[in-house]
Order: sequence, then structure tokens, then C-alpha cells
Amino acid sequence: MTGIVAACVATLARLASGVSVRCVGDSPCRDQCIFFANHCSHLDFVVLWSVLPKDLRERTRPVAAKDYWEAGPLRRYAATRVFRAVLVDRQGSNFGQLRAQMDQLIEALDAGDSLIIFPEGTRGTGQEIGPFKSGLDYLARQRPDVDLVPVHLHNLYRIMPKGEFLPVPQLSCVSFGPPLLLQEGESKAAFLARAREAVESLQP
Amino acid sequence: MSDVLDRELLWLVGGVLGVLVISSIVGAVLARRVTGDAGRATVANLNARIRSWWVMSAVFALALLTRGVGSVLLFALISFLALREFITLVPTRHGDHRTLLWVFFVVMPVQFWLVWNDWYGLFAIFIPVYVFLLAPTRSALAGDTERFLERTATIQWALMISVYCVSYAPALLTLEIPGYEDGSAKLLLFLVIVVQSSDVMQYIWGKLFGRHRIAPTVSPNKTWEGFLGGMATATLIGTGLWWVTPFAPWEAAVMSLVIALMGFAGGLTMSAIKRDRGVKDFGTLIAGHGGVLDRIDSLCFAAPVFFHLTRYFFGA
Repeated sequence: MTGIVAACVATLARLASGVSVRCVGDSPCRDQCIFFANHCSHLDFVVLWSVLPKDLRERTRPVAAKDYWEAGPLRRYAATRVFRAVLVDRQGSNFGQLRAQMDQLIEALDAGDSLIIFPEGTRGTGQEIGPFKSGLDYLARQRPDVDLVPVHLHNLYRIMPKGEFLPVPQLSCVSFGPPLLLQEGESKAAFLARAREAVESLQP
Repeated sequence: MSDVLDRELLWLVGGVLGVLVISSIVGAVLARRVTGDAGRATVANLNARIRSWWVMSAVFALALLTRGVGSVLLFALISFLALREFITLVPTRHGDHRTLLWVFFVVMPVQFWLVWNDWYGLFAIFIPVYVFLLAPTRSALAGDTERFLERTATIQWALMISVYCVSYAPALLTLEIPGYEDGSAKLLLFLVIVVQSSDVMQYIWGKLFGRHRIAPTVSPNKTWEGFLGGMATATLIGTGLWWVTPFAPWEAAVMSLVIALMGFAGGLTMSAIKRDRGVKDFGTLIAGHGGVLDRIDSLCFAAPVFFHLTRYFFGA
């Protein structure tokens, strides 16, 4: 039943967003990967998730905010059953809470799942991509075997801007780039800047 | 439209089927014969176009067979897809979001509802008068004045091309022409056949003999050879179809020439828009052709003029 719902949601998301997929460079994901993308619309993770091939989609979990997705039974069903989201607590900012968030993600990776994350941490205005937070760097260092795949989401902001609840039908584009590798001796700041540039460079 | 399956309509549909079969055979032969990378790419694109023609013809035939309602629904769907492609290229901002929701989910359906209800008096002025005045008002209420004129002007343009002009095609079914009762489905088919064969013939003549470009900065593929050959052939095809129309042969020739000329104007103008927005095609929905707007640009320009000429000179 949940499988049928997931297939319907994926089809609906692709139709509503008029999405086309671009792959730049190598095949984006060999086995297990972390997709990281720019973030400016509620549609972002649903559309990214919906364009993945079915077998990969079933093993890919978006990382989402617990307070939003646990409000109300429908959202909770969608988050936990349909998308199998990893729900993290975004209120906390002290070290222990951040560590707990990261442990959740590492746990999902160790179970063999792939992740969708938005390293900006929050939705932007659709213009500039904001600075990346350090979680991506932490995951890259902890699990170096996992492919880090940059993804650029184009035009989803105009389809559904922040604060709106109905989408305006338009065409959008999801671009996958070649996986990023952490280089020897690369600093956290340098790696995060490079990751951000990798997403930005995919803009069609 | 009481007897949709009349003999003339069957001949038309049979003719289209024949052309498709011949095209597919020619495409298959070319695919075997052609050498060189550029030639192969051209033939591969040609065959993709022909395959898409099969699908488009089948959908259009089905719509015609379901009588008026199918045609109105089909063109409403085409209009929706075209509007979506157009709005994607328009510099709208967050302040236009609610306006665009009205445009997509109220204006577009109402226009086709007016066609379906044969309400000519409102159908012809709804978008050029009422929406023209009220849509910018909604955007103004949202309070964002940045590039306001550019945004409202392009939204109106998107509506005029993708909704208003497209809706003239199914509106042909509502025309009352003395001595041509129940024939208007054939009038729509006549328009579509002439306008699309003009496109195809311009393409073929251009590919075979094209030398002198008409507007190199707008469209490198439009040549005088393609234009003249396309106009002449489309006029001949349209004249040869006079027996399905309410026109005498010479009248059918004039109508076909006007349709083909308007179609050319549409293709050229829409190419200029694509150049302006920096895209090659409006979309990717129809393999080999591009987006929906790439396929119907000529129809958008031809349909309103053909409708009004027919209504003025032949209407009740």
C-alpha cells in the first residue's frame, strides 16, 4: 500500500513540477550516495526524490525537520512511511544535539540507505545559494566510501515560493553532477566552499 | 456534428494515415542509406519527429471522434502545457504568484468553458479586456513594483498566445455556416492540416534547397527557398482539400495561403522570443520537436485569423 502511495506521489511530483533531468559528467550514483542540493522550496526534496530510479528511490531518505513533519497525522505518515525521512531536531544548537543529529544520519548510512540533504540548512530566496553548514563535511569524513553527489534544483522556487501553498505550473530542472571526493588535507571551510561551488556550477 | 464519421472526414483521416505511412517508410529508407555523423543526426531527428507525428495525429483523431467535447478538452490541455512553458520563461517574481494561480486555474478554464458554451461575445474579449485589466491589478495588490511593467506585459503575452489564440482552434466548431451544418470538425481538421503541412513543407524545402536566410539573427533554419516552397505546397494541399470546406477552390487557395503566411509569422515571432530568452526550444515534451509551443507556434497565429475570416465572409 505504501509502495503504491509512494509511486503515486512520485508521479504527481514529476507532473506538477514539469521536471526534466540532466546528468553532467559521470553517472551520478554508483551504489550509495549523499545527494546535496540548493534549497528554496517545499517541493525540493519531493522532486529530487521523485526523479530517482525506483530502486534507488526506495533506498534514499530525505533529511527533514522534525517539528514540521511531526505536526499532524498526514505529515507524519508522509514523512515516516512514504518518504522514510530521517527526522532531525533543528531546535538544538549545542554540541550534544548536533552530535545526535549526525549520529542519526550515520546510522541511516550504515543501514545502507542513501540520503538527501540541504547543506544551507534552510530555504533561501531562490537567488543566491547560501553558505553550507558543516554537517556535509562531517559526513564526508566519517563515511568516505559514500559518494557525495551535487544536485542543482532549478526553478522550483518560482513554482512554489516560500510562504505559498499552491504551486504555479512551470517547468523545472534537476541537474546531477559528478561525485565529489574529499581531498587529502582539505580543510573543512575549503571543502564546504568547493561543495557549494559544485552545486552552483550545475545551474542550467 | 451529428454524423462525425461522414465519408469526407474518413477520407481526410485516411489521407493523413497514408502520409504518415509513407513518411515512416521514407524515414526508414533514409536511416539505412545515410552516411556521416551530421546526416545521421538529421535523419534520427527526422524519424523522432515522424514518430511524434503518429502520436499527435492519433490523439487529435481521437479528440475529433469524441465530437466537440474531446476537441475542447484536447486544446485546453495543449493550452495548459503551452502556458506552463511560456510562464517558465517569463521574468515573474514572488509578487505574481497569486496572479498566476488565477491565470492557470481560473482564466484558462473559463476561456475554454466560453468556447464550449458558444458564448462568442465574451469569448472574444474575456482575455483582451477583462483579464488584461484585472491581472495587473492583482499583481499590484501584492505590492512588488520591481520590473512591474515587464512582468505584467509578458504575463498578458503568455495568455494571449497560449490561451486566447489556441482557444480559436476548437472555437471553429461553434461557427454556424449556412449550407455547411455539421461540418465544422472538418474545418478544424482543414486548418490543422494546412498549418502543419506548411511547417513540414518549409522544413523539407529548406533542408533540400535552403540557401538564402530570411532572418539569420532570429532563426538560421528559415530560408527563402523553404518559405516559398512551403507556402506554395501548403496552398496546393489546402486547395486540393476544398471539398471538405465551405469554400470554392479559389477561396480555399486564398485561405490556405493566409493560414500558411500566418503560420510562418508565428514560427518567426516565437523564434525571436526563444532567442530573447536564450533557449533553443520551449520544452522537451515532444521528441524531435521540442516543447508544445514549438509545435503549435504557427497554429497560434493562424487560428484566430482563419476563424475571423471564415466568420466574417461565410458565417451566418
